Amino acid sequence: MGKYILSAQGISKSFHDPVTIPILKDINFGITKGEFVSIIGKSGCGKSTLLYILSTMDTDFSGQLLIDDQSMIGLKEAELAKVRNEKIGFVFQFHYLLNEFDVLRNVMLPGLKLGKYSEQELESRAIEKLKILGIDNEALKKPNQLSGGQKQRVAIARAMINDPLIIMGDEPTGNLDKKNSVIVFDIFKELAHSYKQTLLIVTHDHEFASSTDRIIEMEDGKIIGDKVQLNP
Amino acid sequence: MNTKLIANIAKALLIARWKQSLVAAIGVTFSITMFVTLLSFMSGLNEMLDNLILNRSPHIKLFNEIKASKTQAIDLYEPYKQAHHFIRSIKPGAVRLELYNVRSIINTLEKDPAVLGLAPKISTQVFYNVGSIDLTGVINGIDVEAENKLFKFNDYVTSGNYIDLKNIPNSIILGKAAADKMLAKVGDVIQVSSPNGERTPLKVVGLFQSGLVDIDKVQSYASLSTAQKLLGKPNTYITDINIKLKDINQAPALAKTYGSLFNVDAEDIQTTNSQFETGSSVRSTISYAVGITLLIVAGFGIYNILNMMIYEKMDSIAILKASGFSGADVKYVFVGIALSIGIFGGLAGLLFGFLMSAGIDQIPFNTASLPTIKTYPINYNPKFYLIGGVFSIVTTYLAGLFPARKASKIDPVIIIRGK
Repeated sequence: MGKYILSAQGISKSFHDPVTIPILKDINFGITKGEFVSIIGKSGCGKSTLLYILSTMDTDFSGQLLIDDQSMIGLKEAELAKVRNEKIGFVFQFHYLLNEFDVLRNVMLPGLKLGKYSEQELESRAIEKLKILGIDNEALKKPNQLSGGQKQRVAIARAMINDPLIIMGDEPTGNLDKKNSVIVFDIFKELAHSYKQTLLIVTHDHEFASSTDRIIEMEDGKIIGDKVQLNP
Repeated sequence: MNTKLIANIAKALLIARWKQSLVAAIGVTFSITMFVTLLSFMSGLNEMLDNLILNRSPHIKLFNEIKASKTQAIDLYEPYKQAHHFIRSIKPGAVRLELYNVRSIINTLEKDPAVLGLAPKISTQVFYNVGSIDLTGVINGIDVEAENKLFKFNDYVTSGNYIDLKNIPNSIILGKAAADKMLAKVGDVIQVSSPNGERTPLKVVGLFQSGLVDIDKVQSYASLSTAQKLLGKPNTYITDINIKLKDINQAPALAKTYGSLFNVDAEDIQTTNSQFETGSSVRSTISYAVGITLLIVAGFGIYNILNMMIYEKMDSIAILKASGFSGADVKYVFVGIALSIGIFGGLAGLLFGFLMSAGIDQIPFNTASLPTIKTYPINYNPKFYLIGGVFSIVTTYLAGLFPARKASKIDPVIIIRGK
């Protein structure tokens, strides 16, 4: 048993069209449980590409990826989907809520897919998550009736519903104004510190990164800095 | 659990796009309606036209044909037994038209389990004498009850009562066209000459209309005994035996058996009326082709609408896949949408198809040649509904499968990063 819940070993990736361009070069790092990690770097440095590889959605790379000590190499599409469902929660720049369902249902969807809890249990769990994020009053509204910040909070609740091993965020505050960014960021901090939720957030916002536990800095497809901040 | 969830998602997408879904379902409904109506109507017409001939035709007819002897004198001459003979100008010999041993043939046939029933018949050429004019005609001497039971004789008797033919001696039922020519009405007495020149007065007790004017111009019916009397023959004189079988498809085989068993000529219905079967099968093939074309067009409609839906719902598909739904799950969602459109559209189509056929069934359709038909004929065969139902599901499934497979292959990374 390793000490990491997520570990990247020698991950490289190149685009081959029209000429071979290396995007990621020999990335090695691990994340332990409860860590609040941010990956920063300039646009095009490969940080998002790395995140999608770590999230199992992008399988076109070389190297080794372990999630919960299980190798993701050679798993079938449906098996990877199961891993994502059970162990990874996502928050993207855009909320990606389904307008056909109400907020509660949107939060419940990954849980319904997992099928670990009954529908009633799941409903109360979803409400609980929404409460943590302070939007339990909006549970029965449709996503298009919410503000941008509220939508992003619903997306976070959705990421949390299956109590994932790790929540990954790709510029989760990128689409929000200052005020909402702060709210979302405070939520992440609370999740990390009060609930010991492991978080891996990709961002280009140094201010955001500076208040996380650990900052991984990337440039030209390589990790150029990896520092742990004792008192963020 | 998972099936329920997928059904839920499919339902939500379907309802969110209810106008498009409705249009697609209406397409299916329309095509199934037309399919069912077209086939019911077409096969009703087919059946009617076929029955015009087939109902009135025996499945097997036993008779003696006028023909040349198979063995000529020279064939029997010993020295030339091995040789090949060229004989010209062979003429048919005098054949007795009556069947031999009718009683025992009838007894044997009545015991045969394959036989539904049989009707003995005498067919003879006559002249109808109208003043100084002689009209040629054919009189069929029939067993009135058997003829009615097997060949629905009564359906074609338009005036008078068919059973009078049996109850009133020396009576005749004339073809409508022949009666018109002779200016004869029910109750009149007409003069008929038999081939041997004897003239007999016969009372007209009814008129019949077969649907084919050429037949009505010459044919008329009398009872067996009247016909025997007319010809001056004993009451064993029978020229034809018409047989109806339980299974019409056995006719060719049984005709051969009976022919050699009773040493008579036997003709089966498939040989005599092959053109009708060809006509029916061509007509129903065309109806099926049109119906299926309609369904395929509806299938393309569903294909288009699902394709559009998938483009609109790219984001939703991406997040579903990101949050743990597999490609197969996404595929089932869209196949589910297509199938619901197919099932609802198909059921409505079957219902409307039934109503439309029922409507056509009420439209009056009177034609002089078809006395028994009052409205357009419709065949309510459940087979058409079954084929329509199955086909609506199969086409919508296929129409949904291709877009669904495309959706299942969507790479969430491309969608999410593209934002």
